[in-house]
Amino acid sequence: MLAATASYSTPGHLLKALLSREIQHSVYLSIVTCTSTALLSVVFAVPAGYLLSRTQFPGKTLVEVVLDVPIVLPPMVVGLALLIFFQTPLGRMLEKAVPLTYTVYGVIVAQFVIGAAFAIRTMRGTFDHLSPRPEAVALTLGCSRARAFWWVTLPSARGGVFAAASVAWAHSLGEFGPILVFAGATRMKTEVLPTTVWLELSVGNLEAAVAVSLLMVLFAGAVLLAVRKAGERV
Amino acid sequence: MILFDKIRWRAGIFELGPVSFEVPFGKYGMLMGRTGCGKTTLAEILCGLRVPDSGRVWINGQDISDREPGKRGIGYVPQDGALFPTMTVRENLAFVSRIRGLKPAASAPSVERLAGLLGISHLLDRKPAHLSGGERQRVALGRALAAEPSALVLDEPLSALDEETHADLVALLKKVQRSLGLTALHITHHRQEACQLADHLFLLADGAVSPLEFAP
Repeated sequence: MLAATASYSTPGHLLKALLSREIQHSVYLSIVTCTSTALLSVVFAVPAGYLLSRTQFPGKTLVEVVLDVPIVLPPMVVGLALLIFFQTPLGRMLEKAVPLTYTVYGVIVAQFVIGAAFAIRTMRGTFDHLSPRPEAVALTLGCSRARAFWWVTLPSARGGVFAAASVAWAHSLGEFGPILVFAGATRMKTEVLPTTVWLELSVGNLEAAVAVSLLMVLFAGAVLLAVRKAGERV
Repeated sequence: MILFDKIRWRAGIFELGPVSFEVPFGKYGMLMGRTGCGKTTLAEILCGLRVPDSGRVWINGQDISDREPGKRGIGYVPQDGALFPTMTVRENLAFVSRIRGLKPAASAPSVERLAGLLGISHLLDRKPAHLSGGERQRVALGRALAAEPSALVLDEPLSALDEETHADLVALLKKVQRSLGLTALHITHHRQEACQLADHLFLLADGAVSPLEFAP
């Protein structure tokens, strides 16, 4: 499939795509938003994954379902839900503090809703596989629970943290539906690589759409390889 | 001394207690029982890692039941040692000093002394993944002793060791416990091990503990 796509484009098309101001901005915005989303997702996923793995609390099953819902919903529905939420009184209040709808921050929010769900799953799996005994020993040696987590458990989970960040980053790069509905596809403003493909397709510019698609594949592959190599060293 | 006073604990259909027994001050007590009978649960209750449904635990005449794990004066060596995998042996031994705010340089003499006592000076810069089973247990013991505990709790510390390493560690445990005068509770399901180490032997069966007669 990838080979077929690659054969449809030429180095000339790729170069033309890379030299385009709009596509350069789209690449830049994709890097910035995906990285922001990955970092935010990890910040949220580490404590959430730890709590889901190590504690029991009332309503835990419901929380797990709610956190998994963005993964199974159609992406357009996620975008629509975000749009509707930010029309509610609470949403409008948040919007006044930080404008989100049809802005770059909206791109990050749309990516985060799904990226964080995958990151939480990854972190929960990581903590499920880590023995709780070292942390228990740390408690007997005089550590507080927070310090035992920070000094003992989290360093042991750093491979999982890397994995969660890369999963969130990879999903964010390919996110299209929620971004289109919630943040729009305004050129030079909220346009990221997936929306570039859609915009180029919508004006019949198939060569440019394929070139950008290939760019995304190469780009994602390079970043994931780098993250994997870094993760092996961690 | 280590005293369990009418400890009860229940999870689903598993029921433990009432458990009452005492390891006298400065003696080596061993608790035997079949796999899954609740020995580790009792050890965790003593260390404050599990809360019993009822009953009290005492160390050296003090009721420690309501104290946090770190304030019970217990050195805990769990199954497999449970070393901190991202830290070197030196860092594992110095962990208590780090909690107490001491810089590595300040804790170095005590770490070196402990390593010498346990025969692991040559391992200080290694990480746990590069240690043998016997070496890991020595480091786990050292980490527990670094806290200068009043009592030692060892949960099957000698399981999965070859015969020679097992014998070395039995000798080491005996030497350390006697020289430091610690009260020890050692959990095992090997009778021979019990005969080699125990001053007092107990059996956990059907949720209750009873003393065992044995010929050392």
